[in-house]
Amino acid sequence: MTMEPCSSPLLSIKGVKAFYGPVAALKGISLHVDEGEIVTLIGANGAGKSTLMMTIFGRPQASEGRILFGGTDITQRPTHEIARAGLAQVPEGRRIFPRMTVFENLQMGALNGKSSFAQDLDCVTALFPWLGTRAQQRAGTLSGGEQQMLAIGRALMSRPRLLLLDEPSLGLAPLIVKQIFEVLKRLNRDEGLTVFLVEQNAYHALKLADRAYVMVNGEISHAGTGRELLARDDIRAAYLGSA
Amino acid sequence: MEIFLQQLINGLTLGAIYGLIAIGYTMVFGVIGMVNFAHGDVFMLSSFIALIIFLLLTQILGLASIPLALVIVLVAAMALTGLWNFMIERLAYRRLRASFRLAPLISSIGMSIFLSNFVALAQGPRNKAVPSMLDEVFKLTEGHGYDVTLSLKQILIIAVTASLLFGLWYVVEKTPLGRAQRACEQDQTMAALLGVNVDRTVSATFVIGAVLAAAAGVLYMLYYGVVNPNDGFIAGVKAFTAAVLGGIGSLPGAVLGGLLIGLVETFWAAYFSSDYKDVAAFGVLAVTLIFLPRGLLGRADVEKV
Repeated sequence: MTMEPCSSPLLSIKGVKAFYGPVAALKGISLHVDEGEIVTLIGANGAGKSTLMMTIFGRPQASEGRILFGGTDITQRPTHEIARAGLAQVPEGRRIFPRMTVFENLQMGALNGKSSFAQDLDCVTALFPWLGTRAQQRAGTLSGGEQQMLAIGRALMSRPRLLLLDEPSLGLAPLIVKQIFEVLKRLNRDEGLTVFLVEQNAYHALKLADRAYVMVNGEISHAGTGRELLARDDIRAAYLGSA
Repeated sequence: MEIFLQQLINGLTLGAIYGLIAIGYTMVFGVIGMVNFAHGDVFMLSSFIALIIFLLLTQILGLASIPLALVIVLVAAMALTGLWNFMIERLAYRRLRASFRLAPLISSIGMSIFLSNFVALAQGPRNKAVPSMLDEVFKLTEGHGYDVTLSLKQILIIAVTASLLFGLWYVVEKTPLGRAQRACEQDQTMAALLGVNVDRTVSATFVIGAVLAAAAGVLYMLYYGVVNPNDGFIAGVKAFTAAVLGGIGSLPGAVLGGLLIGLVETFWAAYFSSDYKDVAAFGVLAVTLIFLPRGLLGRADVEKV
């Protein structure tokens, strides 16, 4: 893969619209994620955050607008090809394969035919050592936090250039959330992994992120650095529950 | 006792054939949630393909070795039937997968009617006799007034079935294709998000199902010595019953269900009446489903979240 000039963002979304049947879920979204950044997208339930994550992967496909990854147009590509282009997603609700073992879930993450499996597995088990020792456990019997870590580990097995996470903190104990956010921070700092994070847990997300977008009813309402948005009273009132 | 033993052998032989067909139903249902009603006719098609190739080899090409001919027949029938089912899925089901749930099912009923009529038209609607071969029979017990026998064909059926099941187990549990199939069965969208080509995985599932049904078709032709374009219907219904009895979606369940249906049918015919053997087989299904609605090895849908 050739390097793009620094000026072109790793992921750029330009005027994307998407529909669920007759309902417009995305009404012209434009945003970008640069290489090496942590970008977060916050917004209320039903704002269209998860739809945007899935639209990046072509499910549903954008009816208007363009999605570019590393300068290549991926808007019309089938989902499995997008996954092979260097994006990985930790979807809403984790979606681990419950009737497979932990190890098989990680194998699913490694795009088959990849020669670096052992190496990638070492990297992932270095992040979450228990994944190595409990490799033969059925994933459906893991706790929620463990499933979330497995979902992240599975996504990392493909050595993505961009990791998309959809509400990784949902339903997890604060301590686990902290642990997961620390892992993301470390991956970004040490491995240079680019992260695009969708969160309702706005405080943690804004603190972690280099830049942030706020989504309301299928549109981007605010954009700025995490610090800027954290400082705004209207954002604090709407998403942090404190004035 | 001798009769019991004999019927056990006969029942297991028949059950092995049902089991091989049942796997195709259960795999397709597991991966795309569709009952493929044409599967029984795919089985029937393979028995005709097998007979044609066998006659071609022995009568026209003059191949003298029956075992060699049968090996070629088995491999060729599996390959051709696999190809047929690949094309059936592409033509009749794939486009309908995104449609409402019943659409592919109705299409498969149409495909079933097409296949049985196509074969009836092309080959004639009457029974086709298979030349007799491999008629060796071994006596297991002697002299109690009733000899328990095991025929070479029965040994062959059990051996071929066992090795194919081992092969299937290996593919499903140990290869990337099998993993992709299991992933699609559990969460198709997630599988796609991880780079699995879902369409190709579904194709492979249809091909594997057809290959096993083809082996069943070859064994059936060999065992019963006659093939008929309508054979697909009743065998298909029985194998589907076996799949549901074992728990649809479960591979071991399909094999277990097949063996049970084969045994019930055989024992009923031996001890009561062969007229009602089908009733007995379906009756077992009805009773089982009352107490175990998911079948014998069907799993509970509850997963920890």
